[in-house]
Amino acid sequence: MYGFLQHVINGLAAGTIYALVALGYTMVYGVLKLINFAHGDVMMVGVYVGYAVAFLLGRDSLGSTGSVLLIFAASMAACALLGFLIERFAYRPLREKPRLTALITAIGISFALSYGFQLDAQVNVRGTQVTLLPGAAARAFPEIITPVEWLNIGDGEVVIWNRQVISFLIAIGLMVGLQYLVFRTRFGRAMRAVSFDHRVAALLGIPVDRVIAMTFMLGSSLAAAAGLLYAIKDTSVQPLMGLYVGLKAFVAAVIGGIGHVPGALVGALALGLCEEFVVGYTNSSWRDAVAFGFLIVVLLLRPEGLFGRVQAEKV
Amino acid sequence: MRSLGAVVAVLSLAFWGCEKKAAPAPAPTKAPEVAAAPAESDTILIGEVGSLTGSEAAFGISTKNGIALAVEEANAAGGVKGKKLEVRVYDDQSKPEEAANATTRLITQDKVKVVLGEVASSNSLAMAPIAQEKKVPMITPSSTNPKVTEVGDYIFRVCFIDPFQGFVMAKYARDELKFGKVAILKDVKSAYSVGLAEVFERKFTEMGGKIVATESYSKGDSDFRAQLTALKKQKAEGIYVPGYYNDVGIIARQAKELGVKAVMMGGDGWDSDKLFELGGAAVEGAFVSNHYSAEDPSPVVQNFITKYKAKFGSVPDSLAALGYDSAQVAIEAMKRAPDLSGPALRDAIAQTKDFQGVAGKISLDDKRNAVKPAVVLKVKDGKFAYVATVNP
Repeated sequence: MYGFLQHVINGLAAGTIYALVALGYTMVYGVLKLINFAHGDVMMVGVYVGYAVAFLLGRDSLGSTGSVLLIFAASMAACALLGFLIERFAYRPLREKPRLTALITAIGISFALSYGFQLDAQVNVRGTQVTLLPGAAARAFPEIITPVEWLNIGDGEVVIWNRQVISFLIAIGLMVGLQYLVFRTRFGRAMRAVSFDHRVAALLGIPVDRVIAMTFMLGSSLAAAAGLLYAIKDTSVQPLMGLYVGLKAFVAAVIGGIGHVPGALVGALALGLCEEFVVGYTNSSWRDAVAFGFLIVVLLLRPEGLFGRVQAEKV
Repeated sequence: MRSLGAVVAVLSLAFWGCEKKAAPAPAPTKAPEVAAAPAESDTILIGEVGSLTGSEAAFGISTKNGIALAVEEANAAGGVKGKKLEVRVYDDQSKPEEAANATTRLITQDKVKVVLGEVASSNSLAMAPIAQEKKVPMITPSSTNPKVTEVGDYIFRVCFIDPFQGFVMAKYARDELKFGKVAILKDVKSAYSVGLAEVFERKFTEMGGKIVATESYSKGDSDFRAQLTALKKQKAEGIYVPGYYNDVGIIARQAKELGVKAVMMGGDGWDSDKLFELGGAAVEGAFVSNHYSAEDPSPVVQNFITKYKAKFGSVPDSLAALGYDSAQVAIEAMKRAPDLSGPALRDAIAQTKDFQGVAGKISLDDKRNAVKPAVVLKVKDGKFAYVATVNP
């Protein structure tokens, strides 16, 4: 029984991270109908930015609320900028090209980031070594949120840590915020209009380029937040971390109905729990097979995902 | 779901594209010979395949440093047969398929005399059949899975093999630590980890201990809580984790987080300073079997450490030591061999006997494995402290 409870907690914690990454995926897809495969790698860049800021702040200031906020703000701002640059120079020139072109570009950017960050590059600025690219080796992510046990039943049988709860609440909060943004604000209406048909939206005076750029910046900063929570949870950072989580988050988004915000959250939590139970009660080798099998079953039964709406294909 | 189909198509296209690029183009027969001829007259090329990027990058980089040091010394001492040595290194990104590509490229394109590599047994196993087929000797510095040298008579190693390493840890856990119940957590994607877990289980059971649970993970995972939660129920006294440092550090942290109190044990795959960075206080008190200890007072070891520190600024781990040894064995064999053709060099390497390496005396047996003692180390204050030596 205790074991089961602990598995549920672990599964929800893993699902929370997938959910946060999936939100960004789903939002960009919702507007652009582009599966942004570089999303996971933007997340990775965000984690490294957070790592650098935490490093600059020094060991003493770790754990204080101010430093956590500063780390999140810096990392989210940096990723927003990166998202803007990627959209401006890689995707925008291809917007009128077949969708496959942008998709391949996305995969290219993903590989460029995840393998580019495996290079070692340092410059010497007035006597101090400044690392530009971190190199391939995994690094320990500093404990920017001091870990505290919030619940401990039966002498370590069931343990809940503060960061698991905090991450979960942040995921719910962001989902609600995003839902509000999309359906209740002017900007959200513009997003939906662009999503429906960006040419017509442009005719109606909606600044399409700006809306898409904003969407990318928002999605990328969400990725940064997700990445930081992921790094806090699993305590390490390495350049390939984004590939795997990105893929899983993509599966979660598709299960929930890609483009659907609460769907991404539900899909991600379901995927996290499903993986946890498979590993906990059978064999870890089955995890990915079951995760992707789950995807296939959902798509067979409901091709639009659990929450997605059926859309007539535009010809 | 047109988009998903497209994704799959694109991915397969991308991989096909990569493979095509990475595979060595069949070199036109005439041109390279002409180009290689002058180069061959004044240098001898040694090939090296290593994981300089990817998940086990720390291994590849240490090994590369060790090899570079050995070659530099040999060159300073006049080289081999009047020629200078040169190492050509290719990165395999810690992936078996890339290791195989790199080996083909080294042999067919660069025409190296000997191939050094890899650390991970899975990667060495991908390289060995190519070296064997082309009849170019290959020496792996630190792949301990027995299957590697079983590929053929051109494949050698300068380290001990897993049956011995697994035996050492099982014996220590049973005799010294007095453990009765031990759980195993192994990396199913790694030939090294699977092999070591198998031996440990057999030996530990033979000695009267009990394996209460076996769980597995895949290299590159970062969440091991499901497995650890399942292990926790069994109340084992020790957990044997024959994995690599990058996974082990995180496993240790998460074990602590989940309130697992069992003592962790492992093998030479733990050996990297990265372990302490990633694992922090959670790896304290763990035991590992290893090839050498930097605390060994013998002059050979201390000399090596001084030279290594001067050049690379860090204390060499056992992979650096074995990289150094593998290059030295290759260089010594080149000096003894009548010529540097594959068969002649192979015979010379096979005759290596009582060669004093940094990580112990190396004598190659008829299965081309080195027979040498192992050490047991304990993690103490963020480094490995010497505990015991176990002889074969």
